[in-house]
Amino acid sequence: MIRLEKRKQASQFWGYVTPILAVVLTMIFGGVLFAILGKDPVLAIKTIFWDPVFGEFAFYYRPEVLKKAAPLVLIAIGLSYGFKAGIWNIGAEGQYIIGAICAAGVALSFYPMEGRWFIFPLMLIAGIAGGMIWAMVPALLRVYFKTNEILVSLMLVYVADVLIKAFSIGLMRNPDGHGFPGSRNLNDYPAAANLELIAGTGLHWGVIAAIGVVVASYSILARHQFGFHVRLTGESPRAAGFAGVNANRLIMVCFLISGGLAGVAGMFEVSGPAAQILGSFPSAYGFTAIIVAFLGRLNPLGILLAGLLLALTYVGGGAAETAMNIPSATIQIFQGMLLFVLLSVDVLTNYRLRWSATVGGV
Amino acid sequence: MSDHLLSLTGLTKAYPGVVANDDVSFVINTGEVHALLGENGAGKSTLVKMIYGLVKPDSGSMTLNGQPFRPEEPRQARANGVAMVFQHFSLFDAMSVAENIALGMETPPAPRDLAKQIRDVSQTYGLPLDPYKIVGGLSAGERQRVEIIRCLLQNPKLLIMDEPTSVLTPQEVDILFKTLRQLKAEGTSILYISHKLEEIRAICDTATILRLGKKVDTCRPVEKSARELAEMMVGASFASPQRHDRELGPVLLSVSKLSLPAANTFGTHLHDISFDIRAGEILGIGGVAGNGQDELLTALSGETRVPVGMIKIKGQDIGQWGPNARRDLGVLCAPEERLGHAAAPNLSLTENAMMTGTGRRGLVSRGILNWSKARDFAQEVIATFDVRTPGPQNAARSLSGGNLQKFVIGREVLQNPDVLVVNQPTWGVDAAAAAAIRQALLDLANKGAAVVVISQDLDELIEISDRFGALNAGRLDKIEPMAGLSIDEIGLMMGGAGTDV
Repeated sequence: MIRLEKRKQASQFWGYVTPILAVVLTMIFGGVLFAILGKDPVLAIKTIFWDPVFGEFAFYYRPEVLKKAAPLVLIAIGLSYGFKAGIWNIGAEGQYIIGAICAAGVALSFYPMEGRWFIFPLMLIAGIAGGMIWAMVPALLRVYFKTNEILVSLMLVYVADVLIKAFSIGLMRNPDGHGFPGSRNLNDYPAAANLELIAGTGLHWGVIAAIGVVVASYSILARHQFGFHVRLTGESPRAAGFAGVNANRLIMVCFLISGGLAGVAGMFEVSGPAAQILGSFPSAYGFTAIIVAFLGRLNPLGILLAGLLLALTYVGGGAAETAMNIPSATIQIFQGMLLFVLLSVDVLTNYRLRWSATVGGV
Repeated sequence: MSDHLLSLTGLTKAYPGVVANDDVSFVINTGEVHALLGENGAGKSTLVKMIYGLVKPDSGSMTLNGQPFRPEEPRQARANGVAMVFQHFSLFDAMSVAENIALGMETPPAPRDLAKQIRDVSQTYGLPLDPYKIVGGLSAGERQRVEIIRCLLQNPKLLIMDEPTSVLTPQEVDILFKTLRQLKAEGTSILYISHKLEEIRAICDTATILRLGKKVDTCRPVEKSARELAEMMVGASFASPQRHDRELGPVLLSVSKLSLPAANTFGTHLHDISFDIRAGEILGIGGVAGNGQDELLTALSGETRVPVGMIKIKGQDIGQWGPNARRDLGVLCAPEERLGHAAAPNLSLTENAMMTGTGRRGLVSRGILNWSKARDFAQEVIATFDVRTPGPQNAARSLSGGNLQKFVIGREVLQNPDVLVVNQPTWGVDAAAAAAIRQALLDLANKGAAVVVISQDLDELIEISDRFGALNAGRLDKIEPMAGLSIDEIGLMMGGAGTDV
């Protein structure tokens, strides 16, 4: 019989190994899934995880991976603060959309004026502010009315979803767009475009921002009092209170960080890869980032790697969809399965398995 | 078979890096109260867990009534007539006494029958308890009665009690001892674990002493002095805390008409608490747990803010100040709950040193943490207070209760507070370590600090405090000089146990 025995200290070894184990297990389960669908499992896994990076058309896919990883990493880093402290912002998706709307709003209101030196930074500020404001709603309700921040932040995603659809056919609709929904294409507006800095690499300002945020976050968590307070609060709220952490202020700051970074991600997305405000704005980054944050162990470097991996599932999944005729929902199943498997094998960091030969007495 | 109820032969249990029990053998006779004595980490808990089926011995054997006894799990131990009252109660606040008891039974009888059984047992053994009362409203002593009655309903042959008197008033201790004597007269054996040596001398027939996992001796406690017993436990003689006559300085902490509503349903209101404490003075605050101790400490530490005019330090009104501002002014606290309040369980000792030492120890400048300084500070606490741990990188959770307590107290004492407030400073700490902690508190007062000691251990308060008051339902009615108070007077100040009998 297998028993679980609580470890005295959480195992560092398993802390590093479980994410890798989870990925491997997900590939195996995913392979089984493909086999059931009647596809060659090995080929499918290879198409998703190997070909985009090392295959024949890698030159096309690699930049795509970077472009998709950047928003995931930005959002996940923001979420990691709250998650470490036990503050659950599930609505990064909404903050990301509002950030995009605000940034696009700035760009469109200056169109066609020149002056990238102030328009682009202003869009950045608008994106951050938009995400923060959207995040402050659940934070303030939690602090002053003790509402559940999980529910409020999640519900605001659907509000944001409706807003972006409304803007794309209303206030922000392209006047020269022959009545089609969607705003102007920001890639065609030099003052606001977030294009590749070196053509063909996928490297845009969002990627640079993501790397910068990873580095900054790493030092904040390791060396700054705020990072320590976040960790302390997550470990033991009462001890944190005793150490002088103001719980309400911490909730608000964590929401501001996650909202702000989600807003930034939205700004880089709307001015870059997505190029316009549209009802079908590339979505679900805000939700996928939750998986990224946990797969990365809420550790900045881990989040960077996890962001790249999840970006790979998007890109590789898309490739598999066209090449092998795999249903598009498969990738979402894949991502969901990854989180599920990770949470399951996570038991190993805090518990050890014991094979006890129990004879009788039970 | 004679009158041996339980005999242990060569019990050994090793954990990675430590042998918790090494070849322990002794015998518990039918109808005897047998004390198990030892320092923290001496192996008492492991031994008891083996008897109760929570841990399996690596080698050695037990016999119960002459039959081989190898419980695989507590259920099996209970079926064989072994019952245990734990130090920490496992009761649900929101449920009634009877519901709580039913939860612990394999086949609970109908509620009405169970209530009747509870009443019968409680009358037979003089443990007044209403089966329909909600546990959340019960005192610590009453909660313990729930646990004891839960055990007695199984008609145990051996009752194990872990530190049963740590939460009781003197009057409640008397009631408990009466019950234990009655059980003993009926032929039930009791294995009694306690740090309170005078109690052991009063109630126990035999005592087995463990040191570092080995049995050191078995003796008759009445024939030994408390000091001799303590020295057998520690394996060396140690100094009792020394008091000096102290010159009292100016008033450092002044509390006037402190009233606070309870933070939650099961919290306690504080009513009109007033006291002054001078430099060089130790104020002992007694009272049974749950009478506002926690609330008083958090009001002083700054975790709970209080209205203006209620708390002054050196004349400054600090009611609205947060914990760190108060620390900077010289007010340090050590809460009762070690894991989860005074320390964060999963964080290392270095990180736990960082928790309260940032300001006074200069561990942080402009928000940047100085980890090497924090490590040195943790190391200093470990060395000065003899905290047994491989090093400051270990998690707080991995330390035994007593060692963590030494760390928590040491962390505050080494920051040279002007006012130190401690709640239960030696709870669950062995005699030698407790003596060291009390000495540290006395030394601090000798150096001119004002020390508030909130404790349920009356011996401790009698030993070190200059003045004494008792918290009762959130009130601190009068404060008297400690010298000259009799145990009965102290019991009355604490509100006594007799009120609901």
